[in-house]
This record gives sequence, structure tokens and C-alpha cells, in this order.
Amino acid sequence: MKVAFTIAKRFLTYSKGQTLAIMLGIAIGVSVQIFIGLLITGLQTGLIDKTVGNSAHIIVTQVDDEAFSVTQSGFKPVDDFTSISYAVDGALVVRVGDTSASALLRSADEGALAIYDYEEKLTAGRLPQTDDEVILGNLLAEELGVDVGDTVTLQTFTNETREVTVTGVFDLSVAAINERWMVGTPSGAQSLFGLGNNVTSIEIQVKDVFAADALALTLKDELRSGYSVVDWKSQNESLLSGLNGQSISSLMIQIFVLISVVLGIASVLAITVLQKSKQIGILKAMGINDTKASLIFLFQGLILGIFGALLGVALGVGLLVSFTTFARNPDGTALIPITFDVPFILFSAGVALVSAMVASLIPANRTRKLSPIEVIRNG
Amino acid sequence: MANIIELKNINKIYGTVVKTQVLHDVSLNIETGSFNAIIGQSGSGKSTLLNILGTLDQPTSGEILINGIPTSKMKVPQLAALRNETLGFIFQFHYLLPEFTALENVLMPVRIKGEKVTPEVLKKAHDLMDLVGLSKVKNNLATQMSGGQQQRTAIARSLMNDPKIILADEPTGNLDSDTTEQVYELMRKINKTFNTTFLIITHDRKVAEKTDRIIEIKDGRIVLDVVKN
Repeated sequence: MKVAFTIAKRFLTYSKGQTLAIMLGIAIGVSVQIFIGLLITGLQTGLIDKTVGNSAHIIVTQVDDEAFSVTQSGFKPVDDFTSISYAVDGALVVRVGDTSASALLRSADEGALAIYDYEEKLTAGRLPQTDDEVILGNLLAEELGVDVGDTVTLQTFTNETREVTVTGVFDLSVAAINERWMVGTPSGAQSLFGLGNNVTSIEIQVKDVFAADALALTLKDELRSGYSVVDWKSQNESLLSGLNGQSISSLMIQIFVLISVVLGIASVLAITVLQKSKQIGILKAMGINDTKASLIFLFQGLILGIFGALLGVALGVGLLVSFTTFARNPDGTALIPITFDVPFILFSAGVALVSAMVASLIPANRTRKLSPIEVIRNG
Repeated sequence: MANIIELKNINKIYGTVVKTQVLHDVSLNIETGSFNAIIGQSGSGKSTLLNILGTLDQPTSGEILINGIPTSKMKVPQLAALRNETLGFIFQFHYLLPEFTALENVLMPVRIKGEKVTPEVLKKAHDLMDLVGLSKVKNNLATQMSGGQQQRTAIARSLMNDPKIILADEPTGNLDSDTTEQVYELMRKINKTFNTTFLIITHDRKVAEKTDRIIEIKDGRIVLDVVKN
């Protein structure tokens, strides 16, 4: 074992240029794999985050859209839910002097604050604290011509009215929301709409967004009849199939890169066997056994794989760092948010290592078969 | 004296379509501790004979006994071990590993045997290097030595595992006459000191005449076998 390793090491250090070239070949393969893999994942995560990051993944309502009691619905939170909002929504008309606009009053409990991140999205003012306070979407505020501190009148379709103070303006980056939503306290909304302790929907965010459909199914089974459970996946099928196509093409690129790396290593190592056939012959004449002789090339594959993979990880991570540093939106945020997925990086490095080992099997086998007499006879 | 090598009716035929018989029914006994020369023109089959003796090549028919054990019954790893421990090779083109220094080349048979390079082993390697007169170039790469130095390194290497037999194929073939003389004296010294059996193929009549026994091969047959007193 040791002699094979020593010889493998020496063969590699003796022809430094060639060794570096192979390592670079492996490294480029690994770095392309890491770069493409993480870029696509980042792109997809970004897309998914933009799509579902600030919205409910699962929404529970009554089939007839009536308000309902959470306790009577049979709803029970589970660990997979990260945020739960017991929401009270209602359409109403907002008046300020002669101006009026239709709006949707939504309640902001702890869960809603977590899902919609209102605090972060406030462009002015603060969150509502009492039942007489609301915050408005920036387009709605513009339409009504109100600002923080102004008073507006809310009028429901059952002709309930209430005067409330605007304590803040938010921007959720979706025009349809910004021009229609206003947000108040849950108790304020409940009393205005006369719902008592009932809610109009339960909005849920889950840990694994891709498990939302399965969780929705389980949830539906647990609820009493008459409730509808909708998950984001069933409402975004075209996006999901697009992402799926992208994943497959990314996987294809990675597989072909891998194949070319394996072929590259195998052919270079095969040439090395020819270059070193004289040495192998001498070693065999000196009594090295076939197993140890073939181990020389397996060790070469291992060493090349390890250093190639390390170099590849460095290159790939370097590429990603420079990409995230230089490819930026006008507002300074990263164009594509990339997470340095350590398990994926390790996996890529591992795959390269295994490929290098597999590629070295061919030359190792040729070495096993090489007869010393061929070398001695041919000088 | 006992025979360390016995060849019985060795035939060697190359090729399957066009058959060329290189060795015809060669039988030969080599005594332990003897110093033998094999001479003959190129193509006479002497190298083939040596390669068969060294288990590098297999005869088409016939039997080889080394230390009384038939090599045909040995498996591949056993043959490798035999080459490593019992046989030492010195080739015309010295065949050092160019990636290693002279000293590392000399130590290689020990490493192949799977033994550790202990201070004793290292001392032995140094002693052998001194014996072949290479104290000054020990740490040179094989490629940074002259032909004579490389050949002497190969001799030191062949001695490292204390082989009982040394097979040398024209060890002085491409050396000048002074170096040839040195190499010959060296082999003689080893033969006397360690009682190592030598089988030397040579073109050089002067070298052959200094050995104990001259075996001449012509067209694959032994035509002359002279033992000196």
C-alpha cells in the first residue's frame, strides 16, 4: 500500500505540468457544477421566495366564505407550520371628505405580521396598536390623499361606520395589494364586522414550501366538513412546471460536465500508463505484485481527485462570490440571491472524487495486465 | 555443490501464426555461488533464456526449478515475491526509475517487499552505494547520473534484498572499458562476499573469460559449456 502511494505521489510530482493540467480539468468541472447548481438553486429559491415568501402557503376558509370559529373548525397547529394567522378580512368603503375608495380591511395578528412582514414593509409611520388605528397600502393612501396621522371613516356594507387614524403606510411590492389593502388589529376588525370571536380564514406558512400540498391534504382531513383548504402549489402550477424544467436542464448540464471530466481524467491517466509503462515494467521485474502496481494508478486518481475537487470548490465558490458581488440590482441587492449550500458543495466535490477514482480504474486495470517482459524486450 | 537453478528441456516459441522457435530443448544446471557467463550472437536466444530464468517470461514447454521448486506451479503473486526476494536483475539499459533518486531506487526492492525503511535498512543501502562507489551521487535523480553510475546503482539495487541469484543482461553493454572493468570487479566482489550466484549475459569476451563458466548459445541451442577450474 505504502509503496504504491509513494510511487503514485512521486509520479505526480515528477510531471508537475501534466498533474496541474489534470487537476485543473477536474477543478473546472467541479466549479462549473457548483456554480451552475447553486446559481439555478438560487434563482429558483429567489423566484419561490418572491412568489410565496410574503404570502400564505395554505389558506383555510369555509366553503361558503362565512366567518367561523377556530375551535369548532377542528383546526390544530402542527410543527410543520411556521406561522399561523387567524385572519379577519372584510370589504368596506373608506371615506376622507369627498373622496372614497373601496378597500379590504385585514387583521394583523402575530401570524400575519410574520407572513406579510408589515413592519419591514412600512414606508412611513408605525403598526396599528389600538382598534382605532390602521395602516394603508401606499397606492390606497395616495388615492385617498391621506398620510400618517390623518383620520379616515370606514363604512361596512352593513352600514357600520368607524373613524380610525392612519398610523402608517406600507408597500408590499404588489400593486393590487397596495391599492386595496388596509390593516388593523384583529379585535378591531372583528368588532367592526360584528364577528365576535370568529375569523374569516386561517392563513398558514409552512417550513418546507414544497410540502405545502401534502400538508394541506392532511389538514383537510382533520378539519370538519364544509371547509376548503387551498395551497400555493395548486395555484402556481405553471411556475412549478417551469422550475421543474429548469432543474432538469441544470441537472443535465451537471451530468454532461461530469461525464466529460470522467472521460478527461480516464484518457489522461491512460496516457500516463503508456508513459510510465517502462517504470511499471521495472517495478514488476523487481517483484511488485499486480495489486500494488494497479494501486499506483488508483492512488493517482485519488490524489488528483482530492486536489482537483478542493481547487474546484475554491474556484466555484470564488466565482459565486464574485458573481454575487458584481451582479447586483440598482438598489444594491444581489441580482440572484445565492446561498452557499455546503452539502451541495461537498456533494459536488465528492462526486468529482469518486469520478476520478472510477476513471483511474481503467489505467489501473491496464497496469495489472502489463507484463514486464514487454517492457524489457522492447527496451 | 547444489544446483540453485535447473532448466529442463526448455523450448520457447514466439508467435501463433508465424512461429519462431527461439530456444530448442535447453537444459542447464547452475550451481549455488557460481559465476557464469552466457555468450552468443544477437538473436541467439540468450536474453530470452535469461528472462525465462527470471520468471519474466514463460517457456512454451519445459520446466524451471529455482531452489528446487518448479516455477510453473507458482501463482502470480508468488512469482512476484520470488523476483523480489530471491532474484536480482541488472539490465543493459539499467532501468532505474527516473522519478526517484539513486538511493530511493536502491531502497525500492525493500519497499516493494513491504518492509519499513529502518535505520538498519538505510545503512545497508548506504553501504551498498559505497560498495559500488556512488557515495557522492546518492541523492541525484537517476537522470542526473552518467551511464556507469546508473548501472552501478542498478547493481546496488539488485543486491538490496540479498538475492541468491543475480541475472544480468549485458550489464556492461554500453559502458566504456574502464567502467566495464569496475562493474565486473564489483560483481566478482559481491559473488565472493555474499556467495551470490551470477548469470551474466555478455558480448564482451574479456568479461566472459573472467567468469568460472562460459555457456555459449547459438540459434537457441547450447553449443559450448566450459567450466574453468
